[in-house]
Amino acid sequence: MTALKLENVNKSFGSVHVLKDINLTVEDGEFTVFVGPSGCGKSTLLRVIAGLEDASSGTVTIGGDVVNAVPPAKRGIAMVFQSYALYPHLTVKGNMGLGLKQEGQPKAVIDERVSKAAKMLDLEKYIDRRPSELSGGQRQRVAIGRAIVREPKLFLFDEPLSNLDASLRMNTRIEIAELHRTLSASMIYVTHDQIEAMTLADKIVVLRDGRIEQVGSPMELYNNPANRFVAGFLGAPSMNFLERSVLGLPEGETIGIRPEHLALSDKGQIAGKVTHVERLGGDTNLLVTTDAGETLTVRVFGQDPTEVGAKVQLAFDPANAFYFNAAQERIFDKAA
Amino acid sequence: MNKVRSATRTTIAAHAVLITYTLIALFPVFVIVINSFKDRRAIFRDPLGLPNEETFSLIGYETVLKQGDFFLYFQNSMIVTVVSLTLILLFGAMAAFALAEYRFKGNRLMGLYLALGIMIPIRIGTVAILEMMVSTGLVNTLTALILVYTAQGLPLAVFILSEFMKGVSDDLKNAGRIDGLSEYKIFFRLVLPLVRPAMATVAVFNMIPIWNDLWFPLILAPAEEVKTLTLGSQVFIGQFVTDWNAVLSALSMAILPVMVLYVIFSRQLIRGITSGAVK
Repeated sequence: MTALKLENVNKSFGSVHVLKDINLTVEDGEFTVFVGPSGCGKSTLLRVIAGLEDASSGTVTIGGDVVNAVPPAKRGIAMVFQSYALYPHLTVKGNMGLGLKQEGQPKAVIDERVSKAAKMLDLEKYIDRRPSELSGGQRQRVAIGRAIVREPKLFLFDEPLSNLDASLRMNTRIEIAELHRTLSASMIYVTHDQIEAMTLADKIVVLRDGRIEQVGSPMELYNNPANRFVAGFLGAPSMNFLERSVLGLPEGETIGIRPEHLALSDKGQIAGKVTHVERLGGDTNLLVTTDAGETLTVRVFGQDPTEVGAKVQLAFDPANAFYFNAAQERIFDKAA
Repeated sequence: MNKVRSATRTTIAAHAVLITYTLIALFPVFVIVINSFKDRRAIFRDPLGLPNEETFSLIGYETVLKQGDFFLYFQNSMIVTVVSLTLILLFGAMAAFALAEYRFKGNRLMGLYLALGIMIPIRIGTVAILEMMVSTGLVNTLTALILVYTAQGLPLAVFILSEFMKGVSDDLKNAGRIDGLSEYKIFFRLVLPLVRPAMATVAVFNMIPIWNDLWFPLILAPAEEVKTLTLGSQVFIGQFVTDWNAVLSALSMAILPVMVLYVIFSRQLIRGITSGAVK
């Protein structure tokens, strides 16, 4: 069964066309991540799925039912927000149980599901506290708990980690991944952070300007991007795009090389000068300005002694390079 | 060390300014209260002196209480003020929520139209209002006053509250919608508690002019049984002779209920600020 199906979904605010002809299927139990730069329409798409916005045209199907005219509470979804959005006047328990109470579930069921979720999220100690007495990470766990107790057909996450600090973000990321494994529920997760997308997703949906650019598993998109935008958006540090530095490239075409596919070598294809060095311990990032005046990033594994100002030659295997035409589309037959 | 000392100095300066202002603001009230406890001669001979054994007198209070209807006036004022405030806050907040929350055609125009009342004094329409009240048979009722005061207070209430409501997190309202709360519950349970400081501000702004108003009670409800306190106190002010003892006593007593209301609202205001610290 498909958890979610979007067919020709469009959304306009007045004359602004925000979502353009979105078609997408999310399978049962799949973790799908919408990723894209800010303003690409990913949050709007999530709100259309949740029913907080109406689609201007097209159909939204959740768990086999067309839900275009169904209010959010009856769509079988639960949502976790960026700003937690906990009810300030209710305790942790009240926050988690409110949705079930509104559904008219008996008290015994509510208590059971709330304590189960609290146990799963390690919130048992805080069950009678109010949101103002909790830390950011705890609040986000309560928000996740509020979603879990509803036992929805589809979980929606709207940039849930953006308000957390870096270390907490990683822990919570792992918790969400574990949660997905335990519940084996269908989840949709919106983020602008490509690391979250790569690490969490079964399926990544890359959006730009209200259109889906490419859909696929993280490694499919990484190894086989359909265009320059997807190639540049996934992977950190991001891919290098060169027009002039590599000889024999036809006019208008671009070559894309990932930083880890470049190596320092005595007789490389690209010559340049190191302008900046970032030493991360595990690996070293070199910023190199080529003789043709383009800047690229080289990721060297381990610790590298190269200093700023050094003249270097960079080598790459053409099999690892991507070629793009003037319209920024991938040229597939060229690789080899 | 230097930093600490200069910080203390700033604090002292700030408090000096505040205390000076407080003294200036409280002085007239103080004069009214002390003089209400003095006999007529003492009021004129030594207006700033505290009442002593010789000059102490409750004659003013006796006159006021003997006037009989004073408690009725009191009650009328209280009813008018409290009911008007309730209606202003309820309808003002509802309109503000609609303007802040929902996208509909003419939203901005509607907001401007509602705010227009801030700039047009309602007293300009006194004659028309009186005609309306006469033809609806509401003259000499408290309802007439309540309706007028509600109309007078709504524009500013809508204006202030809609600005505050725009500041309430969309995520919170959406979370409520996903949990199946009705729009009414979202409004009453989630949004209103978060804009409580603004509600308190609006309440205080509206309370004082309503309580003190002489104009509309005089025109719309001059009958004995619906007189408000301000209008009732006027019996002691004559064209030739004014019973200052009675006037001052009536005024002193009129301060009390407003003060109680103010204390209630200002506590709400503080609680609102501290409990709003979510996120």
